[in-house]
Amino acid sequence: MEKKLFTIIIYTENIAGMLNQVTAEFTRRMMNIDTITASSSSIEGVHRYTISLWGEEDSVNKVTKRIEKKVDVLKADYYTDKEIFFQEVALYKLSTAKILENSEISRIIRHSNARIIEVNANYTVVEMTGSTDTVVNLYNEFVSLQCMLQFVKSGRVAVPRALHDNQADLLFNEDYKRKSVTGK
Amino acid sequence: MNKDMITGSEALLRSLINEGVDTIFGYPGGSIMPVFDALYDHRTDFRNVLVRHEQGAVHAAQGYARSSGRVGVCIVTSGPGATNTLTGISDAMLDSTPVVVIAGQVSSSVLGTDAFQEIDFVGITQPITKWSYQVRRPEDVAWAVARAFYIAGTGRPGPVVLDFTKDAQVSMVDYKPATVDSVRSYIPYPTPSSSAMAEAARLINEAERPFMLVGQGIELGEAHEELKAFVEKSGIPVARTLMGLSAFPTDHPLCVGMLGMHGNYGPNVNTNKCDLLIAVGMRFSDRVTGKLSTYAKQAKVIHIDIDHAEINKNVKVDIPIVGDCKEILAGLTTLVQPKEYVDWVKSFAEYNAIEYDKVIDKALNPTEGPLLMGEVARKVSEATANRAILVTDVGQNQMMSSRYFKFTQPHSILTSGGLGTMGYGLPAAIGAKMAVPERTVCLFTGDGGFQMNIQELGTIMEQGVAVKMILLNNNYLGNVRQWQELFFNHRYSWTPMLNPEYSLIAQGYGIPSRLVIERSELDSAIEEMLSTDGPFLLHVAVKEEDNVMPMTEPGATISDMRFE
Repeated sequence: MEKKLFTIIIYTENIAGMLNQVTAEFTRRMMNIDTITASSSSIEGVHRYTISLWGEEDSVNKVTKRIEKKVDVLKADYYTDKEIFFQEVALYKLSTAKILENSEISRIIRHSNARIIEVNANYTVVEMTGSTDTVVNLYNEFVSLQCMLQFVKSGRVAVPRALHDNQADLLFNEDYKRKSVTGK
Repeated sequence: MNKDMITGSEALLRSLINEGVDTIFGYPGGSIMPVFDALYDHRTDFRNVLVRHEQGAVHAAQGYARSSGRVGVCIVTSGPGATNTLTGISDAMLDSTPVVVIAGQVSSSVLGTDAFQEIDFVGITQPITKWSYQVRRPEDVAWAVARAFYIAGTGRPGPVVLDFTKDAQVSMVDYKPATVDSVRSYIPYPTPSSSAMAEAARLINEAERPFMLVGQGIELGEAHEELKAFVEKSGIPVARTLMGLSAFPTDHPLCVGMLGMHGNYGPNVNTNKCDLLIAVGMRFSDRVTGKLSTYAKQAKVIHIDIDHAEINKNVKVDIPIVGDCKEILAGLTTLVQPKEYVDWVKSFAEYNAIEYDKVIDKALNPTEGPLLMGEVARKVSEATANRAILVTDVGQNQMMSSRYFKFTQPHSILTSGGLGTMGYGLPAAIGAKMAVPERTVCLFTGDGGFQMNIQELGTIMEQGVAVKMILLNNNYLGNVRQWQELFFNHRYSWTPMLNPEYSLIAQGYGIPSRLVIERSELDSAIEEMLSTDGPFLLHVAVKEEDNVMPMTEPGATISDMRFE
């Protein structure tokens, strides 16, 4: 079966050890996670993980079901890139001296819709949001212009394209909002 | 201080009483001493069973749970006490057995410092439990225990671990009993889809050669009566998995035998001839399916299971029905038409007759040569009017006893199906006898597995547990030897075994025993075992190089069974 890039969106209770439980399901199958983003969600006490990885749909389907089966996992679904909007954020720490030397660098920053968030005598920090390809392309351009000091990019964040999907239904389900993890 | 304040340890025991616990399998140690100290004041509330090894504690709790349907409980210490439970916890996870393992843990102030007998027990057990939680405040005890029992015992049951820090055991708390009857992220009993039920009923009514496979889900869901009513109305033949052998009576006219690698010929052949498979509470284990790419390809498949993650896991399903099988079977019974499949049911008997001639007759009715495992199993079964609980160890003793025992009562097969844990049998039999003392509990074990937890003879001695132990001794690790004979060119690599004098071992523990070598003595020895009050070791010298047959070779098509 063909390997494709999938994005798995998971809602869990915000408790210690939860991430370990989720990632253990991938470890068991030696499936390599490409990116992972974990943070609080719009529901109090609920965490949201966005995991992207390359895999065969059958395995991704099975691993998603087993993640959802965990007692403290509220919801887990997987999506192809066509089914979601997704973005990554990147920070580029550049040499201010090089930027002053070569005007091409400033031109690229402006044309790529990147944002300068810090400038000082030593370095400049540029931020950009976009698809993986976009942020990595900009990285490659900075490298070729020899101004790169440091680069970091996040995992993806994603929302499903569908107006009503299971996950949105969950978000607006009053029962979920009301009950806390302790069931009180 | 409020005079109503109690310690976390006392809160734990009150919470266990609150859950209806009356038996605990445990072993004390440094980090659980406050709990054991509190237990000293509750000697009349609990039957606390001192096992001889923590692995024995979990298997005993499993035996207790499987025979009674209640949640089994163990209390052990941190570090090695906790790690010794891992095999049993894994076994309970694979075989869906509700147990709660409470382990001591070092004080929360020294967690992560490699303190004496500290291990990351929650981290280790997360992949092999339904829920694993560290209790580090006495205020959390009541809630955590209530949640543990709720999660272990509901839906698809399984093991739960509570890792209880020593400071939480000794700190004081204003204890209030807690109940947990829902967890928002956990749906133990999904509502079955009525459209799927209707579609399943339509397929059943249109089928010409329908075939039903039932597993332990029937036992866990207490759906024996609903299964019988469905089968008798629909007229559909039923085969059982190893784990589900007592889900349906062996001698029912529509019972066509056991599935799988060492199952019966009729059900395995007809799996690949039926036009509709109806699987209930079973998980299409590789030991049942053989080669998946040739498994029941001609048939439509209906899969009824409480666990959504089982659907399409191994076998692609046409109609999944996710929910409680008791409710689903009752619903389907009203939707299906009464039918009889005379020729189809007869075809199972015809294939089973081939197996009888080639294998069963020889296994049950030998007239000369050493005793055979099969004849011993059948004779013990019949001597208990087929009403005993069969507890098996793992290996040839397991396959022979489960093949030749007959089942008339629910909850009568206790065996390590998923993990295949040698050493499971003896402690599981102890737990079973303690849970249902009114029933006869027969352990079938081998010389290999018996010695893996042989220390539990001490528990039997101390508690006076009336377990009937049948040791089928062939001086080999028999199942591995069989595979070496068949697939490794007779190279018996470390499977012959020098055995001790078991009668002396039994004598050392004060347990009566009898060695049987001659066929003529078998009946009277079984009679002596069953009529003796208390435990008994029946040591049977069986044929050394006997094979469990028929057999589907690993990775082969399930219907391709060999008879020798």
